[in-house]
Amino acid sequence: MADRQLTFEIFRYNPLKPEVAPYMQTYKLAETTGMTIFVALNMIREEQDPSLMFDFVCRAAICGSCAMVINGRPRLACKTLTNTLPAKIKLFPLPVFKLVGDLSVDTGTWFRYLSEKTESWVHTSKVPDPKIQEERMDNAVANQIYEAERCIECGCCIAGCATANIRDEFLGAAGINRVARFMVDPRDERSFGEYFEIVGSEEGAFGCMGLMACDDNCPMELPLQMQLAYVRRKMAAYGLGYKEKKRIKPA
Amino acid sequence: MSNYQTHITDMLIVGAGLAGERIAVEAASQGLNVIILSLVPPRRSHSTAAQGGMQASLGNCAMGEGDSTDVHFADTVKGSDWGCEQDVARAFVENAPLAVREMAVWGVPWSRVVAGKRTLPDGREIEEKKEKEGLITARDFGGTAKWRTCYTADGTGHTLQYTMDSMVVQMGITVHDRTEAISLIHDGDKCIGVVARCLRTGDLRVYIAKSTVMCTGGYGRLYSASTNAVINEGNGMFVALNTGVVPLGNMEAVQFHPTGMVPVWILITEGARGDGGYLLDKNLYRFMPDYEPKKKELASRDVVSRRMTQHIRKGYGVDSPYGPHLWLDIRHLGAKHINTNLREIANIAKNFAGVDPVKDLIPVRPTQHYSMGGVRTNKDGYAYGLKGLFACGEAACWDLHGFNRLGGNSLAETITAGRIIGKKVTEYTLGATLSYSYEQVNNAVKEQENRVKALVNGWNGKEDVYNLRNEMEKSLMDYVGIFRNGPDLQKAVDNLREVYHRSLNIGLKSGGEGPSPELAQALRLPGMIRLALCISYGALTRTESRGSHAREDYPKRDDANWLKRTLAYWPEGADLPELKYEPVTITELPPGDRGYGESSAQPEGGGKKNG
Ligand SMILES: Cc1cc2nc3c(=O)[nH]c(=O)nc-3n(C[C@H](O)[C@H](O)[C@H](O)COP(=O)(O)OP(=O)(O)OC[C@H]3O[C@@H](n4cnc5c(N)ncnc54)[C@H](O)[C@@H]3O)c2cc1C
Ligand code: SF4
Ligand code: SF4
Ligand code: FES
Repeated sequence: MADRQLTFEIFRYNPLKPEVAPYMQTYKLAETTGMTIFVALNMIREEQDPSLMFDFVCRAAICGSCAMVINGRPRLACKTLTNTLPAKIKLFPLPVFKLVGDLSVDTGTWFRYLSEKTESWVHTSKVPDPKIQEERMDNAVANQIYEAERCIECGCCIAGCATANIRDEFLGAAGINRVARFMVDPRDERSFGEYFEIVGSEEGAFGCMGLMACDDNCPMELPLQMQLAYVRRKMAAYGLGYKEKKRIKPA
Repeated sequence: MSNYQTHITDMLIVGAGLAGERIAVEAASQGLNVIILSLVPPRRSHSTAAQGGMQASLGNCAMGEGDSTDVHFADTVKGSDWGCEQDVARAFVENAPLAVREMAVWGVPWSRVVAGKRTLPDGREIEEKKEKEGLITARDFGGTAKWRTCYTADGTGHTLQYTMDSMVVQMGITVHDRTEAISLIHDGDKCIGVVARCLRTGDLRVYIAKSTVMCTGGYGRLYSASTNAVINEGNGMFVALNTGVVPLGNMEAVQFHPTGMVPVWILITEGARGDGGYLLDKNLYRFMPDYEPKKKELASRDVVSRRMTQHIRKGYGVDSPYGPHLWLDIRHLGAKHINTNLREIANIAKNFAGVDPVKDLIPVRPTQHYSMGGVRTNKDGYAYGLKGLFACGEAACWDLHGFNRLGGNSLAETITAGRIIGKKVTEYTLGATLSYSYEQVNNAVKEQENRVKALVNGWNGKEDVYNLRNEMEKSLMDYVGIFRNGPDLQKAVDNLREVYHRSLNIGLKSGGEGPSPELAQALRLPGMIRLALCISYGALTRTESRGSHAREDYPKRDDANWLKRTLAYWPEGADLPELKYEPVTITELPPGDRGYGESSAQPEGGGKKNG
């Protein structure tokens, strides 16, 4: 790998300057050991083109800021090592989300909408009284909730999803996973009927065509396929009139 | 103001990390209108990166038995090397358990006690009691007498932030993300809001509020090797400092974390050592017990970082193109433990260093990690110097941490101080009225507009912002690190002063249109260099060693002369901060021996358990 010269082809467009049509710009860079797309883009900005827009925050695959389409696949740029790619690297912003400029997209607004739409908070009638001992929870249940909560809202599953690309309102795997997170949480007092209202439609679990691009693209390796199947099964059962109690573990 | 989008609200919170959002929840629950500003969507704030956990003396797990707020208090004060405010520490330890439980009701899936016997990596047998099963458990962290760090697997900060933000969403609190506060609007007496720049369009905006709360996090990125997110540039601190009337407290107190991973400086959480990891040298020898027989790898962070540096200096470091480093060894914890409880570490090691900690060693070196200093406030969160201005979280010097923060006390601070200060700011805001003059607001925003124009047009010069930034980072890295001395610190101050003057002559290379990242950096850099000067000048002046501030030429703590807090002001037109000092509040625990570190005697043996 030593001494490779990398060629970056990067999508450029500034929505505030609509008179300049989108175009691809080429930059060349000498590869260094351990170089990630994060390192490369910063070098390009500092040494070649200070106008280039992109987003990084944690640079450690924790915060979900830096997803982009790298050689055709939605991925986290901070954890993509250049030595895993050919010498020619093409970068596009994620589709579906509103473009801020160049490689920067507005995932924040989209995910806040997702949270509002799925009412992503624990629905409880309990008022916290922190002076008394906490309610007990089985550690296995806590882990199960955490597994679904590990989503970092990066948008990779949405960008790669055929349904989300054609249907604006579709919540995608991230949305369905979010609902699953609350379904397994004993503190959330919602009934299946209430969940059904959220995901029991074409925007929710039934818009999904089951092609599983999402599962392959998730950098957190969340079991999205399993979560989709779980939510769909529950919703179908509910739709068919089975009366289910809530505390049922996912398959 | 008509030229600028203007927002008026009761409370303006700058920063949507844990501290900012906790205050917002408090204010909104009492009916106040709140706007939160953030550089990034709230859930991308740096708080989400905290993996290890937060301290609260619940005492549920076997190794936490007998814990109490008093023990937590003593650990915190010793950790701070008696630099903290003891009334603040007391309020904090009493409230931390409440904050944890509250988060449990709101949705955090805290890891819980599982009953039964198990063997710790060092061979000790412990038994978790049946009667505690299902309660919130804790893990071991450095500098604590008990296992007190509550956690959710490997994602404590993530689950706390997601849960806190779920409250913000539920309550319908307004968040303006991709918005950067760039100056405070004030008249030298009272703060009435901020001038901000929209990072989507580049437009300037005005926010006017009865109270303004800075919750902008730390300044780690002044150093090139830092565990911090790239947005941690100390914005809130210099925005406050720039007023000339608000001081920053103890800026020389900079924490280095023992285990930043070489060469990307991503943090390997203290949980790795808390769960039984070892530090090894180039001979694969476990050296920490020689230096710290009692606490070994789990002495406080300042101590472990210094011992590592000392050991490297003796020639026991592993050579690498990025300088000498040491090894972190967690192989003996086993694949199951590593891939569940420490999964995030395993992923980071695999993705960014290409090593699998189940069978490989992880290259580590002490790395800049935390800012103990910040906007100096009183115990209710009121900033010194301006009415209507408050601060909380890592951006603040509330002063819980003194000269060294204990691991797990910072996440705990965000939500605990958030509760306490949230109530106080709310109280203030409910009693405050809004009055401001058109003139004043207009001048404040014009001033920023002129700065932008000068940068874009190169009116003051053509200095390159990225060059200057690299020079600033280098001065701090080379001369204001773990061990410090007079001549080096003087060099840092001299270099930084020169870089500061040059930073007043920055001109953009790009056109600076719209949300230009170069313009954003250029607007920040002079403020960042001011912070760097507060750090290095404060360190040069403090002729003693205390906590993380270790002077080779003054190796002892000097309570007779230095049991006091540094306050750095930036008078208009200055190129160095003006330093003042104030006494430290000591209410319960008079200065004494920490029980670990260089000042403590290190007799081998005794065989007693940790005190
Ligand atoms: C890698 C890592 C791991 C850590 N692990 C632990 C741990 O296990 N336990 C522990 O106790 N502590 C830990 N810490 C420390 C702890 O995470 C932080 O101190 C704490 O989360 C800071 O929270 P905060 O709310 O003060 O700030 P942050 O979470 O940093 O939030 C700052 C907010 O301010 C906003 N902001 C900044 N400037 C501006 C501006 N000019 N205008 C508008 N908005 C602005 C940002 O967008 C962000 O929303 C860790 C730190 C790091 C770096
Ligand atoms: S399986 Fe469903 S959610 Fe996943 S990518 Fe395909 S359509 Fe989208
Ligand atoms: S489910 Fe996975 S891919 Fe989708 S947003 Fe969450 S972390 Fe990203
Ligand atoms: S920058 Fe945070 S995930 Fe890539």
